[in-house]
Amino acid sequence: MLEIKNLHAEVEGNKILRGIDLTVKPGEIHAIMGPNGSGKSTLSYILAGKEDYEITEGSITYNGEDMLELGADERAAAGMFLAFQYPIEIPGVATMTFLKTALNAQRAARGEEELSTPDFMKLVREKAADLKVTPEMLRRPLNVGFSGGEKKRAEILQMALLEPTLCILDETDSGLDIDALRIVSEGVNKLRSPERGMIVITHYQRLLDHIVPDVVHVLSKGKIVKTGGKELALELEANGYADYVGEEA
Amino acid sequence: MAAVQETIDQVKSIDVDQYKYGFVTDIESELAPKGLNEDIIRFISAKKDEPEWMLNWRLDAFQRWKTMEEPEWARVDYPKIDFEDLHYYAAPKTQEGPKSLDEVDPELLETYKKLGIPLSEQEVLAGIAPENRVAVDAVFDSVSVATTFKEELAKAGVIFCPISEAIREHPELVQKYLGSVVPVSDNFYATLNSAVFSDGSFVYIPEGVRCPMELSTYFRINERNTGQFERTLIIAEKGSYVSYLEGCTAPQRDENQLHAAVVELVAHEDAEIKYSTVQNWFPGDSEGKGGIYNFVTKRGDCRGANSKIAWTQVETGSAITWKYPSCILRGDNSVGEFYSIAISNGHQQVDSGTKMIHLGKNTSSRIISKGISAGVSQNTYRGQVSAHRKAKNARNFTQCDSLLIGDKCGAHTVPYIESKNATAVFEHEATTSKISDDQMFYCQARGLDEEAAVALIVNGFVRDVIQQLPMEFAVEAQKLINISLEGSVG
Repeated sequence: MLEIKNLHAEVEGNKILRGIDLTVKPGEIHAIMGPNGSGKSTLSYILAGKEDYEITEGSITYNGEDMLELGADERAAAGMFLAFQYPIEIPGVATMTFLKTALNAQRAARGEEELSTPDFMKLVREKAADLKVTPEMLRRPLNVGFSGGEKKRAEILQMALLEPTLCILDETDSGLDIDALRIVSEGVNKLRSPERGMIVITHYQRLLDHIVPDVVHVLSKGKIVKTGGKELALELEANGYADYVGEEA
Repeated sequence: MAAVQETIDQVKSIDVDQYKYGFVTDIESELAPKGLNEDIIRFISAKKDEPEWMLNWRLDAFQRWKTMEEPEWARVDYPKIDFEDLHYYAAPKTQEGPKSLDEVDPELLETYKKLGIPLSEQEVLAGIAPENRVAVDAVFDSVSVATTFKEELAKAGVIFCPISEAIREHPELVQKYLGSVVPVSDNFYATLNSAVFSDGSFVYIPEGVRCPMELSTYFRINERNTGQFERTLIIAEKGSYVSYLEGCTAPQRDENQLHAAVVELVAHEDAEIKYSTVQNWFPGDSEGKGGIYNFVTKRGDCRGANSKIAWTQVETGSAITWKYPSCILRGDNSVGEFYSIAISNGHQQVDSGTKMIHLGKNTSSRIISKGISAGVSQNTYRGQVSAHRKAKNARNFTQCDSLLIGDKCGAHTVPYIESKNATAVFEHEATTSKISDDQMFYCQARGLDEEAAVALIVNGFVRDVIQQLPMEFAVEAQKLINISLEGSVG
């Protein structure tokens, strides 16, 4: 279970998060919505362990463990996964190689044995087929020359393979056409389980038609200003964020 | 894939300052007195039981060398070498030309075993299919201590032996080809080598023969204050093929050791030579103390039409590397290739590249160079591509990529492009990049620790070149690259 308490963070003196409280229980899907610059992506990076931010106050614990003490790789091994809004290119490293290296690194960190190559291949083929990731794509260097949709499918494939217990999806719907959105959403929904929590960050309601959340939060200027059920997303879609971002907007 | 994990484990298990091959073999050596003069050259020549012509050739080289100046154009910086303070010959004492492996000093066999080079043919044979066998010539300081699979190669007509033996047994071939690609007075170090070279490998592939196994020479410098001056000569007759591998290591010593080799390749009509090097000489310690000065002249002559020479090198060692494996594309339609990974870490300095000299018609060359710099090292690619007046339709493609790790190292690219024929087309692409924080974070967010992330990204960067290496070397090279870069982050 993830527990964020009074989280404040800044980068180069600019305060970006100003006291976030959020609890995600296993099996729950939380959507975080909010206008540009509200701190959504920052929150996802901080959760995953990016070092560019200074945490000035507050705490993040996951299953009782202090996450702020752990590096990004250790958080991954602890079961956290961030699906990037802009997945990074790794030239020369075949997607398949990357998947295997990542999976085995996490298994090793958890003290589990490496998966044998045939078992690994079988696993990847199964999961890749669900996401319409072709064998040809698996041979290509990760994210290099991938279309927007391919990148996002590759992210979800990694997620499916690594089987994290907490999934953070950062604007996974951006840059996707209707068909790609459906494939990706189905991939995510397949991962819903009573043991797995999810945080879905998005601008738009349309993703939440596919991935239906249990709780919706509105993030504005680094704080959660409103929390409600899935109907809150519909309300935002109809009225915009103006009601929540204050007079300055 | 598995290699990546294996490397990571290996990297983790060693300390920053540890060079895996830094041990010293405790063996009694016969040394020539320090210094360089005609007597020393006569001494070396006599030790090798050489004919008169060879001695005269050496003496002539020595006379020329005395008039030459050490080159200073490379982007490397080192204290002046005192050529009088070196031993020009060192040989294990028990080692007066062993007839068979049974006679090789067990201490030496143990040394090569530790280096992962089994010299016992039985050991090599165990569980290895014939097509995957590798014949080895092991050169220890100034002498060849063992050559494996000689008989089997002889059946195919292939000659693979120490060059000192070739001078005695096949003088007509040596006389015909020695110095025909790298002339005696080519450059300061090549001339020095011509005067004092002590051993190296000789390979002759007769017409139409595809060499039945990989050939390799393993160089080891053991003795302190010695120079190793090996000489390698490979001749591929019409329509033949050979793939040759070269590996090098040296003990960890405080003082610098000099290595000035000359390699000559001759490819006749329709012949192909593939020459791969994994160079892992001691690079010096983290303070920049010690390490090998590697001043090497390597050149291949595509003498016949449709011939092909490909150099592949993985350079991870040496305090200073000064090396430009080149191709002279003399025969029409001949092809030259150069694939290089040069890694510098700590205080290493690398100035390396290639020359592609297009003389014949429709000749083509391809250069893929990947330089990786870390620590406070300097890494320079220096490459020349030229087309002679008659080199109609010459083609070159050069891709030169540099990767920087950290902000205290340097990468430099110095291309020289010269065309005297209007139909020649030369392309040059160069990039310099850093491992970005975003790439690191992305990999780490997937569970890779810092070192594993660097290893993966670097392996991706060098992939085009690794693919050119023979299979078993590719895995080795990948491990070596990661070990060389170990301690370069954080």
